[in-house]
Amino acid sequence: MRTQAHPVRAAWLVIAGLLAVMLLLAGCGSSDDSSSGGGEELTKVGKGEGSLSLISWAGYVEPEWTKPFEQKTGCKVSDKVAGTSDEMVQLMRTGQYDGVSASGNASARLVDGGDVDPVNVSLVPNYKTIFSELKDQPYNTFDGVHYGIPHGRGANLLMWNVNDVKPAPTSWSVILDPKEAAKYKGKISAYDDPIYIADAAVYLKAHEPSLGIENPYELNEEQFNAAVDLLKEQRSNVGEYWSEAAKQISAFANGDVQVGTTWQYQYFELLGASEPIAASPASQGFLPKEGATGWSDTWMISSQAKHPNCMYMWMDWIVSPKVNAEVAQFFGEAPAQSLACEHTEEKNFCAKYHAENPAFWKRVYFWETPVSECGNGENDCMNYNDWLQAWTAIKG
Amino acid sequence: MASEAAVERRSAGHRLADLFHGRPRLQVGALLAGPVGWLVIGYLGSLAVLLIAAFWTVSPLSGELTRSLSLENFETLVNEPVYRDVIWRTVRIAALVTITDAILAFPIAFYMAKIASRRGKAILVVAILLPLWSSYLVKVYAWRTLLSSGGIINWALEPFGLHGPGFGITAVWLVMSYLWLPYMILPIYAGLERIPDSLISASEDLGASPFTTFRRVILPLVFPAVVAGSIFTFSLTLGDFITPKLVSNSQFIGTVVFNNFVTNLPLASALAMVPIVVMIAYLLVARRLGAFEHI
Repeated sequence: MRTQAHPVRAAWLVIAGLLAVMLLLAGCGSSDDSSSGGGEELTKVGKGEGSLSLISWAGYVEPEWTKPFEQKTGCKVSDKVAGTSDEMVQLMRTGQYDGVSASGNASARLVDGGDVDPVNVSLVPNYKTIFSELKDQPYNTFDGVHYGIPHGRGANLLMWNVNDVKPAPTSWSVILDPKEAAKYKGKISAYDDPIYIADAAVYLKAHEPSLGIENPYELNEEQFNAAVDLLKEQRSNVGEYWSEAAKQISAFANGDVQVGTTWQYQYFELLGASEPIAASPASQGFLPKEGATGWSDTWMISSQAKHPNCMYMWMDWIVSPKVNAEVAQFFGEAPAQSLACEHTEEKNFCAKYHAENPAFWKRVYFWETPVSECGNGENDCMNYNDWLQAWTAIKG
Repeated sequence: MASEAAVERRSAGHRLADLFHGRPRLQVGALLAGPVGWLVIGYLGSLAVLLIAAFWTVSPLSGELTRSLSLENFETLVNEPVYRDVIWRTVRIAALVTITDAILAFPIAFYMAKIASRRGKAILVVAILLPLWSSYLVKVYAWRTLLSSGGIINWALEPFGLHGPGFGITAVWLVMSYLWLPYMILPIYAGLERIPDSLISASEDLGASPFTTFRRVILPLVFPAVVAGSIFTFSLTLGDFITPKLVSNSQFIGTVVFNNFVTNLPLASALAMVPIVVMIAYLLVARRLGAFEHI
């Protein structure tokens, strides 16, 4: 019985030790907050520093185009693949990377946090021929200052199984209107990310004009709550929330879900596997009548980059016509480089992905980071933290 | 020269030996300094960092950490009903998985310990350990295939006009019960091994029915082992986030921590404290029940 007394004493010692360490940390941790607006942009690209470390989406940094880059510039590329925009922000904050392929729901956070520097686009010769509607956008240009080089873009499509979903839907109401969605209860596929709230906002913008939604990423409390309530209602009808493309492909192929929001990548994968799949047809501009959300990725340079010259060379390389065509085909997205379309292996690739169709992209609301300060001067928009917490509440 | 150096070295070694000679406390201290140092700095230290973060907040504009103490995150956990739902759901499923595993594990462990031949015993131990050799992810994905609409479970049930559970909380319960079963079987097996066969014979000789023998003799003796096994099944279910993500849409403590970890580390840390508190309470109860008497 002697042993009975000891564990309790040991436990108290451990707890006391933990408290001591915590207090110590609390004491020294309170002094380092920096949110400066970023440093100076480069004025001249010098000799490469011999290496380059990147954070990217899977499929953006592949040997097919990094090997020739290394031979040409002597910059040895190491890449860290991130699974989500949140993870990209987290990795960039470590200051150990030179650059990142940020989507619009990460870029403003990186700029606000002082994690990235402005980019001098005159040092990136291939920038000139990038599709003009990708330049000076709210997700890559802040207060008129360029913060990155556009890489490629895609829209979030409405996809359905033609055997189960009849007639062919023309509107997001098939998954968002509570009555219509109930028809496919348990068979709806939705994107598992706070940014999906914007999809509901796009729908409400068209169907509830009294809310006065302009930009689906700039929502005041009333507009935001309406979108959140819509998704809470949708939840009981959702069969599966997806975050990795592979998970959604298997769910559609196995019949676990029949209709939902997707990327071009999954759509063409499933079509290629001869699955009975359709997405909004060309006659409707390939989008449901409300339009859709989408993503446009931007290469940004870290404010703590140790190899800025290599990073500038990389940003030029990745949007050079041949390489941009390779990446776009590998990943399944529309290239940012207008000259890339001549270099695609598949002749009608650019047409398939609407790369040269500005009318298509006009109705796509590219991901942005929701911030309180949303241009109306009142700072009353819901910020990303609100979106995140609401997303937890939506999923219940 | 060389021999001089050797003498020097030997004398240094001797001096070290002299230092430790007759000082058992110093001997033990030197031996344990490395492992204990690692435990305190690497293990408890990182835990402390995580826990202190629970009192920080995140600046809404840039998403950077504000390192001043506040109870805001705990207020959120208490005031937002969604977190209470998530915590309650997680604890419930952990309890359910534990009970399921205990019921499944007992007959297997009993057969291994008391009935099987030496060879049969060896084969069973290997069979139970075998799944632990394959990757966790492979096993969960295998269950995803089994449970999907066009999967084997639905195919087998179809002739009877039935449907499988599909993805959802039931699927989480099934997969977790499958995953952690070996952690329950092995402690119960070890506990049953320790019960002398003579006790069971004596009970029978005294006229007890098999059920009475089980209830009055075996169960009280093996109960601490069941509690020890339940610590594994309970705590592993409490913290898991991959299985719920792959076979359900429901949120558990682990998935919410995972989703908030990057953008709102303080809230994630505060939520991560919940399983720690639950487990401390659980361990205190387990100690009462005698789970640690043989450790």
